[in-house]
Amino acid sequence: MRNIYVVIKKQIKDTFKNKTILIQFILFPLMTVIFENAIEMKDMPEFFFTRLFAVMYIGMAPLTSTAAIISEEKERNTLRVLMMANVKPFEYLIGAGLYVWGICMIGACVMATGLPGETVPAFLGVMAVGFVISVIAGAFIGMWSKNQMAATSLVMPVMMVLSFVPMLAIFNDTIAKISKIFYTKQIMNLLDGIILDGADGIGRFGSIVIAVNAALLIVLFSLAYYKRGLE
Amino acid sequence: MITCKGLCKSFGDKKVLDGINLVIKKGSIVGLLGPSGAGKTTMIKILTGQLDASGGSVTVFGKDVNDLTGDDKKKFGIMMDNFGVYERFSCIDNLMIYADIYGVSKETVGKTLDDIGLGDAKKKSASALSKGMKARLRLARAFIQKPEIIFLDEPTSGLDPRSMKAVHKIIMDKKAEGCTIFLTTHNMEEASKLCDEIFLLNEGKIVESGKPEEICRRYNKLKKIRIHLVDGSDIEVSADGESAEEISKLLTSGKLETIHSTEPTLETVFLELTGRGLQEAG
Repeated sequence: MRNIYVVIKKQIKDTFKNKTILIQFILFPLMTVIFENAIEMKDMPEFFFTRLFAVMYIGMAPLTSTAAIISEEKERNTLRVLMMANVKPFEYLIGAGLYVWGICMIGACVMATGLPGETVPAFLGVMAVGFVISVIAGAFIGMWSKNQMAATSLVMPVMMVLSFVPMLAIFNDTIAKISKIFYTKQIMNLLDGIILDGADGIGRFGSIVIAVNAALLIVLFSLAYYKRGLE
Repeated sequence: MITCKGLCKSFGDKKVLDGINLVIKKGSIVGLLGPSGAGKTTMIKILTGQLDASGGSVTVFGKDVNDLTGDDKKKFGIMMDNFGVYERFSCIDNLMIYADIYGVSKETVGKTLDDIGLGDAKKKSASALSKGMKARLRLARAFIQKPEIIFLDEPTSGLDPRSMKAVHKIIMDKKAEGCTIFLTTHNMEEASKLCDEIFLLNEGKIVESGKPEEICRRYNKLKKIRIHLVDGSDIEVSADGESAEEISKLLTSGKLETIHSTEPTLETVFLELTGRGLQEAG
């Protein structure tokens, strides 16, 4: 428990020194607040920017930051030093994951400031699930990659697909059909169901997609953990 | 404290360590000398449980190295050549991470930084430290929890003479505190100066071992004395009674400036044993 706390404490300290990571956490919450308050367009759906940026936040921030944190520690061999100090790999992963999840949840709370009060708990609940899945994806990439460069080249396409496909689905039917298999799209539908009056939500299919996505990433994460560990 | 019996390690077909036998006694500084690629880092990795041996046995604190518990490993202080520091963190923040893990107080961390000469750089970011200062920070991290055994992999590699001297002082201070130190180096001067016992490693085998001065004496086949004269020239005479008269004459005539023994250096011994120098790449 102490080691998990040490990892979280270290990461919190690093947040304010690592601008690349910091910007990941604050960009979308900040944009949501600004856009929701500054932009008003005729026929614009309600809470358009909150729903849009919430999904992009899920697809980007936890994924890139978790992968960056793990791959940087691997590249600089600081992770090995932690392991030699008797920090177990799972303690490190839980610590890093909890930290990213926690910071993202703070960001989600900021995003939720404009929402009707009764929708906030459900909004945060859905965001929490999305963050968990993305953290697992980021941890898988971080473990699989030998260094930061390799992690970045893996994260970029995954992040683009997870973040932009749900958004592009609004404009193109084919993309809309493809996007249904990604958890971020289903989370977007789920958020629509919570926030918008008359929206369908996700139904059984959507729930299965989220569960299958999560299960697949857990399998990949476990494979990476047992095959490559944190070496 | 540490015993290796017939230790072997292979990577595929390549035998990196081949039947190593060594004993490290409590409170001593033991050096493993060898050129790059001789197997020194592999040896430290096996002794600290980072790598499994292919054969033979290693016992630390009387236990097989694979049976060591987390608490046993807390008695290790390790500084590997490639272990990094958190570049964005200050010196004190870097050490505080490990202090928190080991339950060491902030006061002790501050004192440790003072002891290793980084007191004034406490709040300086690690990225702004010189190579020598960074080496000292890594050293401080290795003994923040007051370990019983400190493993140092090339602790002064790439350092300037001043930083090297500072690191040597820290190592000697740790020895005075009762720590057992196992270090690898390809710097024979460093080994002669610091180590109570050294092991010369070549192509995975120990080719010679003992106290540095004993090894040098063992290979002193020439048994000569070198005399440096006032006019700047050097002469060599045999180290026996026959030369006594000649030396006496030079002394009384005021021509003699200094007298030196001519034991081989560890570098020369290694060259004689293996046909290659310690500074050569593997």
